[in-house]
Amino acid sequence: MGYKTIRNSTHWSAVLLFLGPSLAVICCFFFLPVLAAFLLSFTDFDIYSLSNINYLRFVGFNNYISALQSPVFWTSLKNTFYFVVAGGPLSVAASLGAALLLNSKFIKFKPVFRLVYFLPVVTTLVAVSIVWRYVYHPKFGALNYLLSFVGVSPVDWLGDPNFSMPAIIILAVWKNFGYNMMIFVAGLQSIPVDYYEAASMEGASGWQQFIKITIPMLAPTTLFISIITMIGYFQLFAEPYVMTQGGPVNSTLSIVLYMYQEGFRWWNIGYSTALAFLLFVIILIGTLVQFRLQKDADN
Amino acid sequence: MKKVIAQLSFCFVLLIVLSGCKRAAENSKEANITFWAMGVEGETVSKLVPEFEKQNPGIKVRVLQIAWVAAHEKMITAYASETLPDCFQLGNTWIPEFQALNAIEPLNDLVKQSSVVQPGNYFAGIWDTNVMDSVFYGIPWYVDTRVLFYRKDLLAKAGYDHPPYTWAELYDASKKIKEQAKPKNVFSFFIPTNEWAPFIIFGMQNGAELLKDNNCYGDFSNKKFKDAFDYLARYFYENLAVVDMQQVMNVYQAFGDGFFSFYITGPWNVTEFQNRLPADKQNAWMTAPLPSPDGNYPGYSLAGGASLVVNALSKNKAAAWKFIEYLSKPETQLTFYKLVSSLPAVTAVWKDPVFTGNIYMKAFYDQLQKTKATPKVPEWEQIVTQKIQTSADFVSRRLLTTEQAVKSLDADVNKILEKRRWVIKQ
Repeated sequence: MGYKTIRNSTHWSAVLLFLGPSLAVICCFFFLPVLAAFLLSFTDFDIYSLSNINYLRFVGFNNYISALQSPVFWTSLKNTFYFVVAGGPLSVAASLGAALLLNSKFIKFKPVFRLVYFLPVVTTLVAVSIVWRYVYHPKFGALNYLLSFVGVSPVDWLGDPNFSMPAIIILAVWKNFGYNMMIFVAGLQSIPVDYYEAASMEGASGWQQFIKITIPMLAPTTLFISIITMIGYFQLFAEPYVMTQGGPVNSTLSIVLYMYQEGFRWWNIGYSTALAFLLFVIILIGTLVQFRLQKDADN
Repeated sequence: MKKVIAQLSFCFVLLIVLSGCKRAAENSKEANITFWAMGVEGETVSKLVPEFEKQNPGIKVRVLQIAWVAAHEKMITAYASETLPDCFQLGNTWIPEFQALNAIEPLNDLVKQSSVVQPGNYFAGIWDTNVMDSVFYGIPWYVDTRVLFYRKDLLAKAGYDHPPYTWAELYDASKKIKEQAKPKNVFSFFIPTNEWAPFIIFGMQNGAELLKDNNCYGDFSNKKFKDAFDYLARYFYENLAVVDMQQVMNVYQAFGDGFFSFYITGPWNVTEFQNRLPADKQNAWMTAPLPSPDGNYPGYSLAGGASLVVNALSKNKAAAWKFIEYLSKPETQLTFYKLVSSLPAVTAVWKDPVFTGNIYMKAFYDQLQKTKATPKVPEWEQIVTQKIQTSADFVSRRLLTTEQAVKSLDADVNKILEKRRWVIKQ
């Protein structure tokens, strides 16, 4: 019965039948909220407006202007960029390194290592952060203990504004590299072995093979990973939220954490939606730049 | 297909029957009230419910426990969706905010008729936090204030046989303790910059109003607040207070080790210190009311605590009020203290041997006679946690002078209060 109705109906109704439900859900839970948030970013929606809608004012671009004028916004932006620029490449490099090791012919017990490297990804950050706070402890921490063997004097990792962001970066890289590693492993395994055989017959060294075969063949994977990592890292939130609450002296306050605090702690919804759209623009620019660089590299 | 239809229609019928039941229950004389409470109190208050239900047949109480960290977000969201419970617990500094939202019911008439709840039964400073323009919005449930926890033995070594009574004595004792310490890397006074309380307390003790012009502008650059801020900053500058609180990961261990000797904190730490300090240090510590800037000992402290409020939209206000009265009875308050050690708001309860026999409690009783409420504005929570704590952090690290800090505090606070000024003008 169903077979007949679909054949008799037009092309569009079939499309609607299949796409309709998901489109409706996406509209309801994605496009509509985004649109509402965009409109809210031009108002001063806050706790007073919640009690009485007459206390809602349209403020034009004021939220955007006051964000751009706020030193805290620039601090949080600077911190976020620091995290993306230092943490992003480090994270990709760590993933690639681990993937190469896992793909090596000389390593045994590969599934065990794969599991171990992947474990941080599936562990809850809140639980992990408690352990890491002990690792970073200035007096009893394991990290300072290890560093003392190479003559480094104790570092106050989470308390010193100069070291708090590096501490967050180390934690984030450790937490996240496993996921990208799995994608890299898949990418490495899809490179035909023939290339390496041919190259070694021609007398290419291991390093030359890595540079001339592995890296170019991994380019699409790397592009994908670096964009995903960049977008993910721009949204830095959970690590400082559980480790430092943005401190000391705002040195780990990321833009998303700032947005969360303004929006959900202080209920300045108008202002925090403006921050969200500023972040959206920044990520969009970052992604376009990366696409452009990749295109130039391909030519 | 037929089977499916049959099942569906069965479900439908069931639904109608069930909703009918619900309606029937609402129409009868029985009242079901819901009550939200936070933290340990929320966990334990359900133990008091059976007794209440026995005394008041016909009223059923459903208790929902919510975590303190998520409480504020959850209640505001519940308010927005009109799903607040009939009565609930509020931190007493949140009352202005929920009053501004018209979320809570004025209680004057109910208090007037009540034989249990009378303003005179409570600590005056605490009762006052529930009053806005002489309207009562909440009934104090348990109280909380900050006192000085100190190391008796180390203070004695520094030549003091009594806790510091004045700011000058506190400073002097801190200096002497530091000088006498055997390992040199210890401090005297623990002032964590992620706690706003000491900074506000010392300001209020010095007579600072904190906000001015009907609480519409910040008044932090006022000399009274700045002097108090300077006083505390000196502890950081002279290495009497540890600048980076991350070094004190375990307060109890650090206090036991003598890493610091003074700490301003609340009643929950009495049990914690009793449980966690090593046995040989149990006689080495004591609590005392806070020192004062002048000779008027003790100095003011915070009028903290939690209050019970009634939802303005509740359909069961009478039953909710009965439950609040029950929780405010001296016997219930005493049972509650025995269950969770939250300090009772009703002063009569403090005459019980449970309190008179506890040497650490006297400081709290004395301190509760001398408390001051913080400014009653909805934005207060944001002002202290976002602005005061950050300023304290910057000042302790010498990234800002107190002069610069109070100026930027005023600027930030004025910006936060902009909406309040506009709303008041409307």
